[in-house]
Amino acid sequence: MNYTLQYGQVVQFIPYLLQGAWLSLEIATLSFLFGMAIGLVNASILHFGRGAVRWPVQAYVIFFLNTPLLVQIFFIFFALPDFGLLLTPYEAVLIGMALNAGAYLTEIQRAGFDSLRRTELEAAETLGFTRVQTVWYVILPHICRILFPPLSNQYIIQVMTTSIAAIFGVEELTGRAYNINSQTFRSLEIFSIAALVYVGLTIIASAMLYGVGRKLFRVRITAF
Amino acid sequence: MLQSIIDEAPRFFGYYNLLFLGEALLNTLTLSAFGAAAGFLIGAALATLRHPRLFGFLPFRILSTGYVELFRRIPFLIKLMCVFFLFQIAGLKVSMYVVALTTVILSAAAFSSEIVRAGLESIHANQWDAAETMNFGPWRTLFRVVLPQAWRVILPPSFSFTIGFIKSTSIASQIGVLELTYAAKVLNTKGFSAILCFGSILILYFLICYPTKLLGEYLERNLGPSRRRPA
Repeated sequence: MNYTLQYGQVVQFIPYLLQGAWLSLEIATLSFLFGMAIGLVNASILHFGRGAVRWPVQAYVIFFLNTPLLVQIFFIFFALPDFGLLLTPYEAVLIGMALNAGAYLTEIQRAGFDSLRRTELEAAETLGFTRVQTVWYVILPHICRILFPPLSNQYIIQVMTTSIAAIFGVEELTGRAYNINSQTFRSLEIFSIAALVYVGLTIIASAMLYGVGRKLFRVRITAF
Repeated sequence: MLQSIIDEAPRFFGYYNLLFLGEALLNTLTLSAFGAAAGFLIGAALATLRHPRLFGFLPFRILSTGYVELFRRIPFLIKLMCVFFLFQIAGLKVSMYVVALTTVILSAAAFSSEIVRAGLESIHANQWDAAETMNFGPWRTLFRVVLPQAWRVILPPSFSFTIGFIKSTSIASQIGVLELTYAAKVLNTKGFSAILCFGSILILYFLICYPTKLLGEYLERNLGPSRRRPA
């Protein structure tokens, strides 16, 4: 083993890498928000719907939870053009991650809905709360407390999952690490730096979510 | 569109393609099974290293905690690349399968360690004290008192995490391990339509993961700590 690690050649690329990290966060955030929207609709259907209305949603959740995200995006990227839907790598990754996150977030939000007790709503009605007041003062605080920890976990997982976008040529953190690798051939150096950036990102996100959770919802969490 | 797929299907599901997919399926299964099993053992060892009652030695705890926190926060693809280049630099001529297996074990160890730790912590500290009063050593307490109760908490989530490892083996296709995703890519390059290639492996993955998930849920229902407190 006569290999010396030389970080000197790689240091100049760190700003370039960090710009990629910004794109990673963008993909993670966008797909998380789309996933939240999908999850909210689906969780409402699962919670309020009866019978056959729920089947497509259940099928969607079960299918997306039990197949790899990478293959889902492969399918979206390579198979949908046959149906005349041509997507750029960025769009394909975003759609794939949003659909995947949507399945997880459906499960999470459904658990939140189910945690609401009928007695709580009845108590609010007895106190003469209007519909808006009930939602604002009873339902939201309760659901936020329950949902905040699993949602923060999911967001952090989403940040790490964005590395899959590199496989499709999106130049986010991992994609840029690939680029630098093919320029300098300092492979271990650049990938270890990328790994540290991911660790840093997720630790910062954990710390911020911990702070937000304590301030806003009075929950003590250790996100991820 | 649909007609062309139906026309292509007999050719796609020909003998050699099925053999190829079968081999890939076997590799995916062994990768995730060996990876999850070995990772679980290492993870359990890491969790005991972290446990204050078993090893009071601070550096052990720092090392174990550091490993777990670090490896849970690095994406699988980056881990794979690091392991791949580490093997290359060390001059070890190993197959890509071994590289992928090492990566699965490394990440499974980190995640399993958290599961085992949560299981051990679910047993109240009083029980350790009680066992100590009865002159049990720490290891005897672990095996005779804590684990007989904790395994019910540890086992169900281990199965749901195994699904995660099965799914992450798909990323090993990046370094050319012949597993399902790689097989689909090869078949797609050979000219079979992407819908057939990726659609059929999506179904295969589903057929592996869903029973695992059902097993985990079954265990959770039947092993889970009972809601009633013993009188």
